[in-house]
Amino acid sequence: MNPHLNDFSIHVATVNGSGSQTANSVLLRAIFQMGIPVSGKNLFPSNIAGLPTWFTIRVSRDGYLARRRDNEILVVMNPETAAEDIAAMPPGSVIVLNEQIAAPAIPDDRIVYRVPMPKLMEPITTDVRLRRLVVNMIYVGVLAEKLGIAEAEIERALDAQLGRKPKALALNHAAVRAGWEFARTQLPKRDPFQLERMNETAGKILIEGNTAGALGALFGGVTVVTWYPITPSSSLVESLIGYLERHRRDPATGRATFAVVQAEDEIAAIGMVLGAGWAGARAMTSTSGPGISLMAEFAGYGYYAEIPAVIWDIQRIGPSTGLPTRTSQADVGFVHQLSHGDTRHPVLLPSSVRDCYEFGMRAFDLAERLQTPVFVLSDLDLGMNMWMSDPFPYPEKGWDRGKVLTDDDLAKLPKFERYRDVDGDGIPYRTVPGTKDPKGTYFTRGSGHDEAARYTESPDVYARNMARLARKLDTARTLVPAPVIEDDAEAEIGLVAYGSTHWAMIEARDQLRAAGVRTGYLLLKALPFAPAVASYLERYSTIVVVEQNRDGQVADLLRLERPALAARIRSVRHDTGMPIDARFVSDAVLADARAARAPRAAAEGVTR
Amino acid sequence: MSPEALNRAGLTRADYDGSKTTLCPGCGHNAITGGIIQAAFEAGLEPHRVAKLSGIGCSSKTPAYFLGRSHGFNAVHGRMPSIATGAHLANRDLLLIGVSGDGDTASIGLGQFCHLVRRNVPVVYIIENNGVYGLTKGQFSATADVGSTTKGGAVNDLMPIDCCAIAIELGCGFVARSFSGDQKQLRPLLKAAFAHPGTAVLDVISPCVTFADHEGSTKSYAAVKQHDAPLHEIDFVPYYEDIHVDYAPGTTREVEMPDGSHIVLKKLGDDYDPTSREAAAAALASARAERKLVTGLLYVNERQPSFTDELRLDDAPLARLPLDRVRPPKATLDAIMDQLRTGKGLGAPAGGG
Repeated sequence: MNPHLNDFSIHVATVNGSGSQTANSVLLRAIFQMGIPVSGKNLFPSNIAGLPTWFTIRVSRDGYLARRRDNEILVVMNPETAAEDIAAMPPGSVIVLNEQIAAPAIPDDRIVYRVPMPKLMEPITTDVRLRRLVVNMIYVGVLAEKLGIAEAEIERALDAQLGRKPKALALNHAAVRAGWEFARTQLPKRDPFQLERMNETAGKILIEGNTAGALGALFGGVTVVTWYPITPSSSLVESLIGYLERHRRDPATGRATFAVVQAEDEIAAIGMVLGAGWAGARAMTSTSGPGISLMAEFAGYGYYAEIPAVIWDIQRIGPSTGLPTRTSQADVGFVHQLSHGDTRHPVLLPSSVRDCYEFGMRAFDLAERLQTPVFVLSDLDLGMNMWMSDPFPYPEKGWDRGKVLTDDDLAKLPKFERYRDVDGDGIPYRTVPGTKDPKGTYFTRGSGHDEAARYTESPDVYARNMARLARKLDTARTLVPAPVIEDDAEAEIGLVAYGSTHWAMIEARDQLRAAGVRTGYLLLKALPFAPAVASYLERYSTIVVVEQNRDGQVADLLRLERPALAARIRSVRHDTGMPIDARFVSDAVLADARAARAPRAAAEGVTR
Repeated sequence: MSPEALNRAGLTRADYDGSKTTLCPGCGHNAITGGIIQAAFEAGLEPHRVAKLSGIGCSSKTPAYFLGRSHGFNAVHGRMPSIATGAHLANRDLLLIGVSGDGDTASIGLGQFCHLVRRNVPVVYIIENNGVYGLTKGQFSATADVGSTTKGGAVNDLMPIDCCAIAIELGCGFVARSFSGDQKQLRPLLKAAFAHPGTAVLDVISPCVTFADHEGSTKSYAAVKQHDAPLHEIDFVPYYEDIHVDYAPGTTREVEMPDGSHIVLKKLGDDYDPTSREAAAAALASARAERKLVTGLLYVNERQPSFTDELRLDDAPLARLPLDRVRPPKATLDAIMDQLRTGKGLGAPAGGG
């Protein structure tokens, strides 16, 4: 079989704001329609227009969706980065070059397709601005013809995207057609890369994690949404607003069963969520690292006063402003303990768009059950890139509103105490404002309080309350999403990963297996650790935690969880802001395994 | 009414009490607390429909001291407005009484205060204003007047922030200034504020007996009594009572609130029109120049659309909506999934490019 059949990456180098997004998603969709597993990653600058941007389409007959470091096909549309982009291409690769761009000499072992794009655009439109936007469709046509995408598939994808704008549709069609014709007549096929129909995408959807999270919130019954715009989180709330307006506003009366507020900052955003959660609404906000930092004080308030709240953090790489358009998993330790004092929060770690949807719902159930802020940690790679997935199922169950006492409940009770641990699970009962029975009234405060919510500075009462909150977090271990574990009885190495790292792990484990190294795998879905996590650690002599941050934050949390096993917990860390790739993982694990076999290196600890 | 008398809600005045105050004896805030209790009793507020909110500081402790049958929320410093906004969105039926101080509102909370007013969230926002940070022992707040001194003699050279002027500038539909020592003025203002459907700002000068009741302070009892310049005498006539016209014609102005109640303003000296933003801003400016303290209803626009109107919220509180009203049916999800499968009707993905 041709090793390059349905297995390569296309890297498109363009300029931000040049309209290449439409072209790239048409290409991606067309391949998807052919039944071939495909994924798209957008590498974009913190800029509106003018800076370099890249879009990578990975085609994988094996169904791998993670980023690869190497690309086989390059489309050169940006003169600024052309030299660098071309230099990165290995021998045997294909370079589609906009002839207008002055490129350096390209070695003969690269296959170059020179395309006179401006000339091809001339007959299509005289509008200079439109020419600049639509020129991207030329490379779509060229690639489609050379790689074997049926023209009808491109048309279908184009039609889906631009069907409502007939003029734009016709223009784009013409450009695809021009590229196609030029490739067919002027560019004899010299490369080995080929696309052929498969049946691996039937029924599947393509969606970004942020859209999936928005759908989770929609079907989770969110009523109050607050936000402050920030990349890479904004698209979650923006798509949620779209869905809410369409599905939760009465078309006859114009009345809404939701409220969305663009707050003045992230402090106000979480304040509104806490106010709404306190008053009984399902409330959420979504942000990224800098916003999380601002929310710290209120997060501790929510923990201590025990108010349900859902906070999404679409992680980008820090510290500080960092690289606002690059991905990361470096907020996990901070968010878990966000705020001063002994504060701990449940943190959900979605690893797929499906998780984003499910956790988008489940976070509300958990927040209301546990009466505490629940954080959902996605990241830019998961949140803003296109992922293939099975369609999302409609929720089978209703919702869990937690321990809320109504007037009817109160009538049967001799008394109500807001912070009394009646059930022994650390979770007290609450009432919401509007409750008629005066017994149900209480005063919410961030200062020291006793079981009846009265102010107190008593050392014993303080310690008792904090112990109960710790008990509540222990209860959370049994309620948060459980890890997914694939044990291998013959493996010595047990891998651990979470979030978007998962996709590189699937592929890396196959690579390791091919290299004769068997591994167990635990995909972590939440903090605090479920009981199954500790027993997994016990089963492997070496634990390798793979994550996308500099310091190995979850590896550290695991060492704290099981100090006796700390020595066997090793850490592989990827922190460039680019999504992690499988080869990085398998290389690191193999190097670690080799080092472990050499006694001296093992004593020093190679990775840490 | 006698202490045993029942109001419209069938409650006695004592039913509106809270726990015992822990503030200094003679603190202006205690008088405001008393005013709130009396006004709430006279207005016949149903305690379960009220929620009390505050930030941090001496003033922010006071919600514990009134309306013990209402839910309360003592938030973090300067952030009560966001809590109030969220509580309102969750349950639009609640009457929110927010208590804040000059430190809580004019410094750390100035941003949230401005945005609450700008959105016109229905909250009765009471600023207990004494010009000092009491709980941290007497530092200046941002409302201290130029030339005012601390107890230790330090002089404030910085311009004061006038929360009423800011509220008027931001289009607030109910702005009043009063004095903790003038219950006759404060109570009807509070009752009128309860009837206002948007943000009602009441800046109440409330002397700090421990740190700012000395000769160098412009917010001491003596200074306030000397400089107090009321704009009018105020009566509040609830919707369920007839207006008794016992004023001479031409001597009063009346404002009818949306619930049918009336604010009756009896002229004192110059006629003051509280429906003019320009007049309100001018009154504050000239008072500052003349070192006078104008008190009364500075500005009222009872028809200003509130945040609730703007969002077109359902009549039922969002917090009480049943699952079937907030979870779209399966057919909706199926249609969305179909769209994501075919790409039909989807725009380009987010991000650059």
